Amino acid sequence: MFKKKECVAMLLAGGQGSRLYTLTEKTAKPAVPFGGKYRIIDFPLSNCINSGIDTVGVLTQYQPLVLNEYIGNGEPWDLDRVYGGVRVLPPYQGHDSSEWYKGTANAIYQNINFIDLYDPDYVIILSGDHIYKMDYNAMLQFHKEKGAACTIAVLDVSLEEASRFGIMNTNPDGSIFEFEEKPKHPKSTKASMGIYIFNKNTLFDYLIADEANPNSSNDFGKNIIPEMLKAGEKMYAYDFEGYWKDVGTIASLWEANMDLLGDQPVFNIHDRAWRIFFRNNPLPPHFADKGSFVENSIITEGCKINGLVKDSVIFNSVVVGKGAKIIDSVILPGVVIEDGATVEYSIIDSDTVIKKNAHIGSPKKTAKGITVIGSNLTVNKDDIIEVGAMVNAETLSSKA
Amino acid sequence: MNAAGIIFSNLHDNNITELTRQRTMASIPFACRYRLIDFALSNMVNSGITNINVIAHYNYHSLMDHIGTGKDWDLARRTGGIKILPPYITAYANVTNSLYNTRLEALKSVIHSIRHIREDLVVLSDCDVICNIDIDKLLKYHTDANADITMVVKSVDLDTNMSDCRVILESDENCQITDVYKETPNMKGKKDACLYIWVINKDLLISTVNDAIAHDYTSFSHDIIAKNIGKLNMQVYHYTDYSATISSFNDYFATSMQLLENGDTRESLFGISDRPVFTKVRNSPPTKYANGSCVSNSLIADGCIIEGEVDNCILFRGVKIGRGAVVKNSILFQDTVVSNNVYLNCVVTDKNAVIRDGRVLSGHETMPIYVEKGRMI
Repeated sequence: MFKKKECVAMLLAGGQGSRLYTLTEKTAKPAVPFGGKYRIIDFPLSNCINSGIDTVGVLTQYQPLVLNEYIGNGEPWDLDRVYGGVRVLPPYQGHDSSEWYKGTANAIYQNINFIDLYDPDYVIILSGDHIYKMDYNAMLQFHKEKGAACTIAVLDVSLEEASRFGIMNTNPDGSIFEFEEKPKHPKSTKASMGIYIFNKNTLFDYLIADEANPNSSNDFGKNIIPEMLKAGEKMYAYDFEGYWKDVGTIASLWEANMDLLGDQPVFNIHDRAWRIFFRNNPLPPHFADKGSFVENSIITEGCKINGLVKDSVIFNSVVVGKGAKIIDSVILPGVVIEDGATVEYSIIDSDTVIKKNAHIGSPKKTAKGITVIGSNLTVNKDDIIEVGAMVNAETLSSKA
Repeated sequence: MNAAGIIFSNLHDNNITELTRQRTMASIPFACRYRLIDFALSNMVNSGITNINVIAHYNYHSLMDHIGTGKDWDLARRTGGIKILPPYITAYANVTNSLYNTRLEALKSVIHSIRHIREDLVVLSDCDVICNIDIDKLLKYHTDANADITMVVKSVDLDTNMSDCRVILESDENCQITDVYKETPNMKGKKDACLYIWVINKDLLISTVNDAIAHDYTSFSHDIIAKNIGKLNMQVYHYTDYSATISSFNDYFATSMQLLENGDTRESLFGISDRPVFTKVRNSPPTKYANGSCVSNSLIADGCIIEGEVDNCILFRGVKIGRGAVVKNSILFQDTVVSNNVYLNCVVTDKNAVIRDGRVLSGHETMPIYVEKGRMI
């Protein structure tokens, strides 16, 4: 046998991301494009390889096609390994039972055999829904130093926000004495980031017990963590400092994209010391034409820009026609914005065509919300799509 | 299609000494993110060729670094894939004549590898030609014509398009080659210039190279083509789409600038959806335009940070343009840093060059300034 792995990562990527509406109609949330070249899952995968974790199981369930295709053999993240590497783990038919992943804990339970292949001492549970850069190895060192059974990464949030998260109440030494799911009156501001490190054997014991309990909803936050606390296991909170964003809603996805802009961006992707890897397309460099005027934006390969782009994130192969204006927007791959069209405070999904002089959204200052146009649509010439609309194929055809 | 590929990486190094001081012709950077060899490689890969030998001679570190395992061209294979063939010199080789100078000598030096090719046809290509050619069509033409050798040619007007290193092929109405000669300054009119992308039957290639070793032949055009006119079925294949041959530093500059002048040129190289140009992946983040940046008519790779003014330029990956800087008609290679308030016009900076605050450099399109690799000004 090859040498064992110290730590195996299990990445929960089955989320539907229903609050992203049309953006997740055909793809799982972790496969949603982000930041010009990336998909959300690139962040945890890059964190893994940058932290020296080379064995990652990706648990998929909802609309896995795009995600499977994207992860492939893991080569873009250096996770194509002779032993280990990245594996996509969908639910499967067992010898005497077969079922979907019932919850986050059940998803891991069903893949106990996968984890055992590598005989790890530790298992780190990650989710594919967040944008952040984090050294999991530093967290693992903390876990080992504390001699913990479980370590949970926490982020200091504001008191107002705290009631939206799972909150860890800790002793001065960082050990957790209480866990409250979305408390009305939070006692602390340490919010769980959904990142857990477990000693493998302890994890397996609790997973097996949890599976045997018919009343359990098989969820880490709701079941496993409270059970462990109840049993008096040594559990610690690991303080994470830095940028971390849940991109579960249209507004937070838009914000996270905007966080890449500015002279001192809130989230820096130009950092060579902690690179974010992604699957590359063979595309030519982008061309900024004579009529282009670009300010405070990011633009990537394959684009042809001949209009105004301001405070926006432009993904690959986007065409911006002459006199077109894109302001405060996120434009996903392959979108064509024809001459004279205007897009303000919007997210336009892949391969949609905005015909000449059409107008999408309205200025951010006055708009009530972000306008979202689904993928593979055509917005007709001179059309006006009102503010805050969620447009998919059905709404567009009913409009016409 | 049943063909293997051979690429010559060094043949024209002497034409463009500035850029080949520390690299091969094949690894000269071009069009923001490519190296010249990417065109030859992609042309072959896009037509399904998966067994490619690259003949290297000297200075091939940058080439090996670029190609790596070949995975970016899908050429990391159990069977076939890409192989770099460095010079093969035995301890008792004739030292004065140990390295090759010509195409035929290069082939002689790798005859051992050629003998192992299993495919029936071999496509050979130099690295100084930039084009996106459908090699499938070329192979089909070669097979349909029952040819022994097929050479790709392009019609050039010698009156307006001067060069001193082209090989001209004359052919009859059946596209059979009837004459071969080097271009000289007094020649006039339209001629078919050889692009040195060619197909030959493998068995013929092996016997030809063996014969060349036996007779000490050195020139492919002179000793092989010229001597076999009327004996072998040697065809020309007329290529009519965009191509550019880089035969001098000025050529390099002009060809690069042509990408900016004409959208059709860009489309004919990069706009063919089923024939993309592959290159080494560098994982750069998208390019960032800051407040106050002003960019016009420029090709820009990823990973750049632009805070100043850029007009009619080609920026490679990771270039930084500082505040108040004005860069016009220039080509800046990977990771060039242009600090604040610099003025550049008609400048080519090699990798990692640094232009400090307030410096002014201005060349002319007929004589661009070259700033060497890693140089700080």
